[in-house]
Amino acid sequence: MTKRRYSPIWTFLALAILALFIIFVVYPLALVLYKSVVDPTTNGFTLENFTRFFTRKYYTNTLKNSFSVTIVSTLISATLGLVIAYITRQYRIAGSKWLNIAIVVSYLSPPFIGAYAWIQLLGRNGIFTRFINGVFGANFGGIYGFAGIVLVFSLQSFPLVYMYVSGALQNLDNSLNEAAESLGANNFQRVTGIILPLVLPTVLASGLLVFMRVFSDFGTPMLIGEGYRTFPVVLYNQFMGEVTNDSYFAAALCVIIMAITLVFFFLQRWIAARHSYAMSALKPMQPRAQRPLPKALCHIFVYLVVLIALLPQITVIVTSFLKESTPGIFTTELSLINYETIFSKNPRVIPNTYLFGLAAIALVVIFGVLISYLAVRRKSVITTTVDTLTMLPYIIPGSVLGICFLYAFATKPLALTGTAAIIIIALTVRRMPYTIRSSTAIISQISPSIEEAAVSLGASEVRSFGEIMLPMMMPGVISGAIMSWVTVISELSSSIMLYRASTQTLTVAVYTEVIRDCFGNAAAYSTVLTVTSIVSLLLFFKLTGRRDISV
Amino acid sequence: MGVAIHVDNVTKAYGKNIVIQGLSAEIKPGEFFTLLGPSGCGKTTLLRMIIGFNSIEGGEIRVDDKVINNIPTNKRNMGMVFQNYAVFPHMSVRDNVAYGLKTRRVPREERYRRADEILKLVKIDQYADRMPTQLSGGQQQRVALARAIVIEPEVLLMDEPLSNLDAKLRVEMRNVIKQIQHQIGITTVYVTHDQEEALAISDRIAVMHGGVIQQIGTPKYIYQRPANEFVSTFIGLSNLLDATCSNDTLDFGCGYRVPMTTLRPGVNGPVHVAVRPEEFTIHQDGAPGIPATVQSSVFLGMTQHYFMRLEGGKEIEVVENSDLTDILPDGAKVTLQIVPHKVNVFDAASRTTLIREEA
Repeated sequence: MTKRRYSPIWTFLALAILALFIIFVVYPLALVLYKSVVDPTTNGFTLENFTRFFTRKYYTNTLKNSFSVTIVSTLISATLGLVIAYITRQYRIAGSKWLNIAIVVSYLSPPFIGAYAWIQLLGRNGIFTRFINGVFGANFGGIYGFAGIVLVFSLQSFPLVYMYVSGALQNLDNSLNEAAESLGANNFQRVTGIILPLVLPTVLASGLLVFMRVFSDFGTPMLIGEGYRTFPVVLYNQFMGEVTNDSYFAAALCVIIMAITLVFFFLQRWIAARHSYAMSALKPMQPRAQRPLPKALCHIFVYLVVLIALLPQITVIVTSFLKESTPGIFTTELSLINYETIFSKNPRVIPNTYLFGLAAIALVVIFGVLISYLAVRRKSVITTTVDTLTMLPYIIPGSVLGICFLYAFATKPLALTGTAAIIIIALTVRRMPYTIRSSTAIISQISPSIEEAAVSLGASEVRSFGEIMLPMMMPGVISGAIMSWVTVISELSSSIMLYRASTQTLTVAVYTEVIRDCFGNAAAYSTVLTVTSIVSLLLFFKLTGRRDISV
Repeated sequence: MGVAIHVDNVTKAYGKNIVIQGLSAEIKPGEFFTLLGPSGCGKTTLLRMIIGFNSIEGGEIRVDDKVINNIPTNKRNMGMVFQNYAVFPHMSVRDNVAYGLKTRRVPREERYRRADEILKLVKIDQYADRMPTQLSGGQQQRVALARAIVIEPEVLLMDEPLSNLDAKLRVEMRNVIKQIQHQIGITTVYVTHDQEEALAISDRIAVMHGGVIQQIGTPKYIYQRPANEFVSTFIGLSNLLDATCSNDTLDFGCGYRVPMTTLRPGVNGPVHVAVRPEEFTIHQDGAPGIPATVQSSVFLGMTQHYFMRLEGGKEIEVVENSDLTDILPDGAKVTLQIVPHKVNVFDAASRTTLIREEA
């Protein structure tokens, strides 16, 4: 068989994209790698930074702490997500449509907002804390440290597992269930013997996402961790700290955290590859009838978990309309003072968020669609390389990417530090892997013969891409873009490294206000963020007519 | 050996939408019983009522003398083979087949011994350790069959098990199924929309249409003595000709009259005569018969097919065994006679048969 010859324009495009990725992903990463093993005075090779990290208890402890909170939170969120996904797919739960939206909303806010909201509720002076201590005469000192971090992360991350598993359950053909039943399996045997093993790869994949998110998040432990120091906190302090600012040591920390996420990435891949089943349901599972008692229990459980997960959002929205007497203590007086403050204080924040977000989404969509098209339909060494490179940001924690960018683009010819461009590029790079994965899935569902038909009818390759492929991909791409938008505007970990006063975004503003104890302003900022997310989400449902979401 | 299934006046409704109303059928012990009909006729619905995936809104289904309406599926001891096989993708072939024994708490060793035995019976023992994704459609079908029969069910149910296979494999697998069913003598209910498959595989067939059983009988009887026009045109091909009947004689109106011996007594008035393509004889010598003109012809080796037009403009199909004589040219004028003892006659109004039961 002769290989089909394609127009050279694709190779040209692939090379251009490759060049961009080398500048904005490979180069910053390489620089950090280099910095981590170089001696700043002699310019020679050294492992000093790594030895320093692994020999001091102060540092190794943070790693231990990080692993503890991450593993425990991942296990809890995987269990919660799995159970809730199963219940809502297998049984008829009243209001499941709104439940679904509520779960997604609770996922879409940045974790550190959950941390600060929980401090309002269960912190030293929290509403619940005062209530508990008042009623029971207890001496509860508030939920900080390990328990606090785990609480925030578990509630914030289970929706991710829920969304993935719910999708997988929908692809599980009901005849597998029926076959098991006809062979004598009872409900318990059916769930443990058939359903669980079949959704396990999905649980692992989403579990890995949770793991990476939790492991590299620094906002939450920073706020609620108090003395419980995790690795990203040390990394952030090492880099941003006024006292110590050893950029070579910080580079080494970046390398360590990337090595860890890399190991887990491949571990997950390895497990998933051994247990993956291509499934597409001819007949998805139908909700089953339930006896009254189990039915009531299922409802109570699902609603309780979702309510608790939504509590931070509710707290934030309510407090945004309350006046503070002293910082952190809200009165019961309704007022719009917080909103007045945030609009007069830095009027750039909201336009910045929208502008950066939209710019990043535009870039993500254009490059995402092109790269996935090249990788699927114009397979070559170059396009495969590009495809692999785009997966890199998947394992780079946001704060690390921020640090990489600061190192790489501080000086000419690419002096981008402090500009809007650097934030937009960081957001684009971070979101790219997800968009490429979803676009690849969309393209794979379109038969190559459709394009061949267009070419046989006289269209050029570029034209058939523009007139046939793009329109066919658009519905999927747009719904993906809305979800990207919602995740991009709630991004904190790289923006916090890269922002200046003029390029502050909503999440950064919330974070800095919380650090300054201006909880009222923080609440107002995050309410704007939440409302934006919810409106976008409703738009997504309206446009796609779908009820499910994958992020 | 084998159980009887009594379907007694059952009704299936989805809300107010009644799909099956008051349907009855008797399935004999050890019989290979096929539900045949076009899609949407309710055949799969009925099958799923027997296994218990569909609830029963009225009437009852009994296995021997036991009413099974309220027995949950996993306690019914029925094996089922699904259209898409439903082979568990995360288990090896052997584990798939042993699964039903596992739920019955059969000890591990015996489980695998019995699974291997059945795998040998369906001739895929060499794939026992493979994962289902490494098997072809036909092999997966054998796994599904083995898995359903290894539990020694009282009843074996099959829902269009061959429809996803290619034509050649379909013929091969239907022989495998029939042979294995015969070997273990299990009462089997089989659902298909493919009439050739039904004729080839069944002891008896129930032809369904619109949620109603039109006729139950052996393949031969249903083909040769269809109970009504639907059955006669759905099973095989029938040319329906208008005629009038009086004094046991059919009058086709063009001077062609045929005395009949198979009719019920006292048939009078307009009828439809169902003539299968092979139940015509072609005459070129002006013998009395129905005048027809050859439109086109197809030579298929064993048979010679003619598409003809009658004087009223009706198009019909005629088949002859091929011979050394010349093929009739397009446009040739002929007369057609029918084979009286083979043709079926239906009442023009009720469209049901007018043939005597024993004929």
